Amino acid sequence: MSDSLPASPTLLDRRSRGLRRQIVRMLHAAGRGHVGSAFSVMEILRVLYDDVLRYNPQDPRWPQRDRCILSKGHGCLALYVLLADKGFFPDDELWKFCKSDGILGGHPEYGRVPGVEASTGSLGHGLSIGIGFALNARYEGAEYRTFVVVSDGESNEGSLWEAALCASKHKLSSLTVLVDYNKQQSYGTTCEVLDLEPFEDKWRAFGFATEEVDGHDLKQLHVALARTPFHPDKPSAIICHTVKGKGVTFVERNLHWHHKNNPTDEEIRAMLAELEVT
Amino acid sequence: MRQTCLDMVYELAKRDERIFFIGSDLGIGTLKQFQAEMPDRFFMEGVSEANIIGMATGLALEGKIIYVNTIAVFITRRCFEQIAVDLCLHNVNVRLIGNGGGLVYAPLGPTHEAIEDIAIFRALPRMTVLAPADALEMRRLMPTTVDHRGPIYVRLGKGGEPVVTDDRVPFEIGMAFPMRVGRDALIVTTGVMLKTALDAAALLAEKDIQVAVLHMPTIKPLDTDAILEYAGCVTAILTLEEHSVIGGLGSAVAEVIAEANFSVPKRFKRMGIPDCFPDQYGSQASLMARYGLTAKAVELTVEQLLSVPQSSVV
Repeated sequence: MSDSLPASPTLLDRRSRGLRRQIVRMLHAAGRGHVGSAFSVMEILRVLYDDVLRYNPQDPRWPQRDRCILSKGHGCLALYVLLADKGFFPDDELWKFCKSDGILGGHPEYGRVPGVEASTGSLGHGLSIGIGFALNARYEGAEYRTFVVVSDGESNEGSLWEAALCASKHKLSSLTVLVDYNKQQSYGTTCEVLDLEPFEDKWRAFGFATEEVDGHDLKQLHVALARTPFHPDKPSAIICHTVKGKGVTFVERNLHWHHKNNPTDEEIRAMLAELEVT
Repeated sequence: MRQTCLDMVYELAKRDERIFFIGSDLGIGTLKQFQAEMPDRFFMEGVSEANIIGMATGLALEGKIIYVNTIAVFITRRCFEQIAVDLCLHNVNVRLIGNGGGLVYAPLGPTHEAIEDIAIFRALPRMTVLAPADALEMRRLMPTTVDHRGPIYVRLGKGGEPVVTDDRVPFEIGMAFPMRVGRDALIVTTGVMLKTALDAAALLAEKDIQVAVLHMPTIKPLDTDAILEYAGCVTAILTLEEHSVIGGLGSAVAEVIAEANFSVPKRFKRMGIPDCFPDQYGSQASLMARYGLTAKAVELTVEQLLSVPQSSVV
């Protein structure tokens, strides 16, 4: 656990705990998964899929749908439980995570998983693809919007900043980036591995209109997303301050849980107990 | 060839609203008419190849057909992972046009010489690799790229190459073109080396050595039927390409020949750029000469190959 980072004071509601319990069950079934990363991005995706995005699970390619790319593809456990919850595919698929007869892999795949707009997992790809979506919307006069969820570790990639320049050059106000800023990456804190600060200033300097929120606070996420685009001629970036592993005390800020292999039955029980839905 | 290619992009885009163009930081005035007449489908995105490939992918996933153009080394080496993951894994209709395949940029040195582009792209699932021989072939090739499913790489020569192909033959992706018949040996070639192969065959014909020439403007998917058909008739096979001898056309043909298990063994030789970064400047022609990619050197190599005693072949 990294004691140098603040814990999030935000208490998780019943739905956030329930979604995390599904993630724990997937972790148990597969014996592996980027659980810390999924817990970190859970509320960001939840607010998008519950209240912001327009989509039709019965017609995942509905042309008017909003496009959402989880560019930090390793956080896919959070995406999968939401897509199943919304009816894009049956819950049964969740228990086949990373199995040879399942559609859900350790990173989301376009064409294999209904509702997934782009194959991600290699970092630094999603924003560029999102730019293509947004440029197409402009060309076609379509009203759909594009949302790209990136991570802080991903922001080490030069390609992300190439894309940031491009998005602002084209004044893509229909494009919103949500940064899952939990301040930890695989090896250590982002400040130790490759410092991103001043992070919000960087996004602003690259031509984005920005806001900062507590990425586990539903109200703050709602308010910020409702205000997008923050500027009529700029893409928006919401820096979401999050906690890796949020929701389970022994997982929070503990890099041994960034990706977890073979969690014990006891650990699974303890996680489920702490996430008890009352 | 290069100008014809870009002219064709313009012509095709005029007829088909699905067609977009993205350049990096190309020479001033490139596709000026395209930009003036179809500004909402023309993009010049700066020296940011990784982003350009992703952006093209996003547009292509929305049903557009994207022609991307920059210098061959930068569209192959720099953004290789974006090509593998964005273009090939998503199987999108993006066409990469690489200026200066091979040794074209000789005076600019090894950072600009695309000597392994075919090898690395040939290894990518779903990628199509094209290397036309001249402007006439480029003109026939480009319309076939519009509705082809999946990503394509088009390797451009320097421009101004002598025309050696026949415009009466319709171009088809995946098809080899027999350019000359001969019973003694077979030269399999691609791109601008077709001219060198034909010149070498003419020199050999004067010595009564009849050499067939098989031109393969599509290196992937490889026309294995044509290779087997023409290789089956001769004792000696030589491949000729402006590319590293590792992984390119020569390797592709060698794989086919090796797995064919002909009952009579074949003599085989790859001619190309040796496994090195070119160590001189000069010109494309001077580097070609340095690495034996001339008609005279091919003539000599064919003769040597045919004179190898049968025992040392077996």
